Amino acid sequence: MNKIWKRFLMSILALLTLGLFCGIQNVIAEDLLVYTALEDDEIPRYLALFKKSHPDINVKIVRDSTGIITAKVLAEKDNPRADLVWGTAATSLMLFDQAGIVEPYKPQGLSRVRAKMRDSNPVPHWVGIKAWMTGFCVNTEEVKYMKLPVPKNFEDLLNPVYKGQLVMPNPASSGTGFLTVSAILQMKGEAKGWEYLSKLHENIARYTHSGSKPCKIAGAGELPIGISFAYRGFMQKKKGEPVVTVFPEEGSGWDVEANCLIKKPGIKKAAKTFLDWAISPEVMKEYAKVYPVTAYSTDMPIPDGFPKQPEKQLIENDFQWAAANRRRILAEWSKRYDGKSDAK
Amino acid sequence: MAETALNSAANQKLTLRQIFHGELWLKRLIILLMCIWLLVVVVAPIFQLLSKSLADEDGNFVGLANFVYYFQTPSLSHSLPNSIYVSLMTMVISVSLGFLFAYGLTRTTIKGKGLLKGIAMMPLFAPTLANGIALIYLFGRKGLITRGFFGTFPGIEFPLYGPFGIIFAEVVYTFPQAMLILFIALSITDARLYEASDSLSASKIKTFFTVTLPGIKYGLISALFICFVLAFTDFGAPKVVGGNYNILATDIYKQVIGQQNFTMGAVVSVVLLIPTVIAFIVDRIVQRKQVAMIAARSVPLVPKANRIIDSLFQVFCILIVLLIIGFYSTAVFASLVKVWPYKLELGFWHYNFTGMGGGGYAAFFNSIRMSLLSAVIGTALIFGSAYLIEKVREMKLMRQIGYFLSIIPLALPGLVIGLAYIFFFNARGWEIFGFYVPNVLNPIYGTMAILVLSNIVHFYTVSFLTATTALKQMDIEFEHVSESMGIPFYKTFTRVTVPVCLPAILEIGMYFFVNSMATVSAVIFLYSADIPLASVAVANMDDAGDIAPACAMSVLIIATNITVRLLYSLVTRKLKRRTQAWISK
Amino acid sequence: MSKDSNQKTYLDVRNITKDFGRFTALRKISFNAGAGEFISILGPSGCGKTTILRIIAGLETQTSGEVVIENREVSNLPVSKRNIGIVFQSYALFPNLTAEQNIAYGLKNQRKNRNVIKERVNELIELVGLAGMSHKYPAQLSGGQQQRVALARAMALSPDLLLLDEPLSALDARVRVKLRTEVRELQKRLGVTTIMVTHDQEEALTMADRILVMNNGELIQNGTPNEIYDKPATPFVADFIGSMNFLTSAEKKDKGVYSVGNHLFQVSDEKSVRNTKLGEKVLMAIRPEDIFVSTNGEQATNEVVSRIRSMEYRGSVFRLVLDLIESGSGDEILEADVSTEKVRRLDLKPDMKISLKLPTERIRVYSPKGSNIYD
Repeated sequence: MNKIWKRFLMSILALLTLGLFCGIQNVIAEDLLVYTALEDDEIPRYLALFKKSHPDINVKIVRDSTGIITAKVLAEKDNPRADLVWGTAATSLMLFDQAGIVEPYKPQGLSRVRAKMRDSNPVPHWVGIKAWMTGFCVNTEEVKYMKLPVPKNFEDLLNPVYKGQLVMPNPASSGTGFLTVSAILQMKGEAKGWEYLSKLHENIARYTHSGSKPCKIAGAGELPIGISFAYRGFMQKKKGEPVVTVFPEEGSGWDVEANCLIKKPGIKKAAKTFLDWAISPEVMKEYAKVYPVTAYSTDMPIPDGFPKQPEKQLIENDFQWAAANRRRILAEWSKRYDGKSDAK
Repeated sequence: MAETALNSAANQKLTLRQIFHGELWLKRLIILLMCIWLLVVVVAPIFQLLSKSLADEDGNFVGLANFVYYFQTPSLSHSLPNSIYVSLMTMVISVSLGFLFAYGLTRTTIKGKGLLKGIAMMPLFAPTLANGIALIYLFGRKGLITRGFFGTFPGIEFPLYGPFGIIFAEVVYTFPQAMLILFIALSITDARLYEASDSLSASKIKTFFTVTLPGIKYGLISALFICFVLAFTDFGAPKVVGGNYNILATDIYKQVIGQQNFTMGAVVSVVLLIPTVIAFIVDRIVQRKQVAMIAARSVPLVPKANRIIDSLFQVFCILIVLLIIGFYSTAVFASLVKVWPYKLELGFWHYNFTGMGGGGYAAFFNSIRMSLLSAVIGTALIFGSAYLIEKVREMKLMRQIGYFLSIIPLALPGLVIGLAYIFFFNARGWEIFGFYVPNVLNPIYGTMAILVLSNIVHFYTVSFLTATTALKQMDIEFEHVSESMGIPFYKTFTRVTVPVCLPAILEIGMYFFVNSMATVSAVIFLYSADIPLASVAVANMDDAGDIAPACAMSVLIIATNITVRLLYSLVTRKLKRRTQAWISK
Repeated sequence: MSKDSNQKTYLDVRNITKDFGRFTALRKISFNAGAGEFISILGPSGCGKTTILRIIAGLETQTSGEVVIENREVSNLPVSKRNIGIVFQSYALFPNLTAEQNIAYGLKNQRKNRNVIKERVNELIELVGLAGMSHKYPAQLSGGQQQRVALARAMALSPDLLLLDEPLSALDARVRVKLRTEVRELQKRLGVTTIMVTHDQEEALTMADRILVMNNGELIQNGTPNEIYDKPATPFVADFIGSMNFLTSAEKKDKGVYSVGNHLFQVSDEKSVRNTKLGEKVLMAIRPEDIFVSTNGEQATNEVVSRIRSMEYRGSVFRLVLDLIESGSGDEILEADVSTEKVRRLDLKPDMKISLKLPTERIRVYSPKGSNIYD
């Protein structure tokens, strides 16, 4: 009997050491912690480039929806963990700036970046990499089956035939959701904008927390039409889902995906290296493969399916206004639609 | 007089010796450390959470103002009745089904009882997220049932997203728990009461109401409360199929993650905590009574054959089991389909998690590592603590405090633990009576350690009670005999207690592993980027709309858990054969 | 050690009081034990006898008082330093260790040579008569065998004091009787001072050199088995050990003369005689086996006539239930044990009138005050 017991003890010890070893390894390997809201399927392509040119820097990526990354950074403001934020909505970075979490940094090659795509300070608090915009994902099989028209613009979405057939991201947790709501409020003015959203609410089946989820729901046929962003629609189509992306005729809401350095004791040199790289031409070309509007023009052709002049599709967007009013807009939105949805 | 003086001198000398009597002090030290550790990992974080709910965002004390705001904001306070509604519905359905199933297993002569029970326990190994995902593939717009098996039959449409989906998923989740509690309650009822009732020629129905129901009343109450609490605090299923139907658990997540409103997160947590704590107290009282009943039990009931009743129950039990098998088979099938429902080719596309959020196989192996660590450390810690509380003679008050602190975690939902841990472990330090106390535990925030810790605390009480029960069955005089022979307690612990309690220890380890693998509620607030987890990956992939890979990851979790469970059975059986000679007649 | 070392006091228990909250479990218990002596603590359940044993062992701490072993106050000494061996009622044999491993358990910790340990274990196994059983697990042994393993284990470290807590009560009657002698012989051979707690009077009477009778946390009587049986200090002791007739209507008439109804009895129990006053109500007691029965009674001292109310067959004896006739004392009843042979010889039958003799030296008298027989 003693033997079993000894063997048992040994295996426990072995497991413990194994576990500890793995734990320690993790700690040692941590080098650069990057928070990002870029899409899961774009990150590996960009990172491969970084690893090629900077094999000595070990990058750990935290990827989540815009709202969640925003929440995380704010939650950790007394004790920041991330070294930098990459590819996250500029409106969120402005919030970080207000909270005093951002360390201004002027990356190499800043001069190339369009004025609209960066913070106006000489040593900018944030620098954009590309813009992403609202797009409707429409499942062609489902609309055919359900005999629904394909919507062309925001007004079309109010058509009562779509009742319970639309899905849209919750602006509180999704960057796409927020830029869409913010665009509607800016295009129509606040009063008309809320009126529109209330009517839209009648047709919405669900509000999701992720900006890409409505497109994936449409792609899977759960619901025929999802309000999402353009990139997602093209990617789902690539996977073989019967999806077409519609750009609303009124113009698309958009936001800049931008980078910033986090203010914390002992800012790493590698963090600055990464920020320099993040707006370098080599990665900018890679961004441009799937996003038509980048921080500065590249010679890359406009990706398939996007309008010929993508900049024209973007509405006039006042980021300062959006960031300053973000909290109020979200509170109002939650009050109107978050709780009302379950009333019978 | 001289003699007395001599005696008191001897007395003093011995007191000094006692002070340096290492073993006794070792015991005292460990018990003290155990109480301090429980205070730090259970009480302090909850205290921090409570104080957060009573303060504004700048940390100023505002009394109940946050709660007043909560109950005056309909979009927030609406979730409370919603939560109560789905939990009550779950409770009624789950306990009814669980009762019938347990009744079939204990009071009829149906066939294949072991197999039926084994399969009925399957939901215990699945994350609740998986239940939601399976439901999407069954009742979603493109679900098997909704579309009549891809158009083979006329389909039926259910309003999946909302209360229907939540209740369905929670029933699947809570059914085995209700069934197991009622199974035990029905097994311990005294057969002689039935003989007496028979001899008085009471009708079957009368016997049911006068003997069966009163006999299991404590089990029944316990099952009702546990199902209620499980459904009330579960986060996984409503996250997937809740749609826009807001409940407390998803509200906490939304407040914290979506709106960055930690204060409101704390407030909703407290609202969630109150009914849970009440249920916990009632359950503890009831449990104590049930224990008394077990102690007084006498003759086990041997069910008699009854053709009609037996075949009815046979059909019912098989139906339930088929439902469960069908439920999870759908998940497995869906995870293998290329593009549901447009391209029904089978393959492992979704098991290649590249380009997906959540962390893919890294997350999966992290989860296994975390679960192993939780199982090993948790089991050692809890069994050791239970031993000290149960078998040491000294420091009675401390041990009682230790026992009480060990029971508390049962009342804490995972989400509450997770949020409380953010507040507690991410704090830089505290101002206590004008003194600044730095938080020495801060470095574990965002590491594997805090994940393992949250799991240990989350599953502490059930394991602790298992350990205590096993230890109670051991003669307390083992320790006394050893003491009289000068054997230190730790030697008796390793040489006798642990080998004899090995089955219970393995059970605790298995419980820890399975639950750590499946849990999402506590860890979703605590995992960090470099340590992604499988269950969180399921939530994140579902969040991103990647349902098929989320489903594939769920299948991996379930498969791992079932493998571990089978391994456990194998080891236990082997162990039983080897240790048969120990078991007294 | 031999018998004459009895004079030397090994254990001295002084004024031990133990309170559990408001409940006093032990009240000022004092006694001592000579080296090599076998002492039995006897009393009904809940009387505190196990508590005193646990205090001696060090498993419980007294509220006040001292435990002195070989002139050393040990109250603050941990169990392991008191050099004692314990056998519990449950034996507490480690179920996962064989008989041999159980016995060797304490020895292993002493870092002794393996062969020394083995030799010692074999010696002990031999001593308790378990040869051939050494590789069996406790669950594979009979109750009596388990008891022997427990005893051997307790003796393995050659303790100077052996504490037995109801060591035989878990066994069936036959094995119990057999083991009584064995344990006693073993104890004598090893010369170890032994304290045994029991609720079984027969066990105490047959095994112990001295018996301590306890009730309600108090030590009632401390004496040899003979003293305890023949001269019970209180009605409680008298009633608890063996059977005793109590005549409640007795009254003191004169020095050494007591009346029951209109019968007069002479009593030579000097101690009781001295303690009672004239005209005082007393309890008069006599054991059933001390009553002498005859069919042709004469009017001699302490002889009375009675009627056989009923007869109970007990194998070697009959217990007769007798009415005292013409006593004028109400329903006083006496029980008398009469050998079966005598019953046959005298042809005793219910309703027969017979003559009883209560020998003067066998009658005990107790003051009824404060010595309720039912307490």
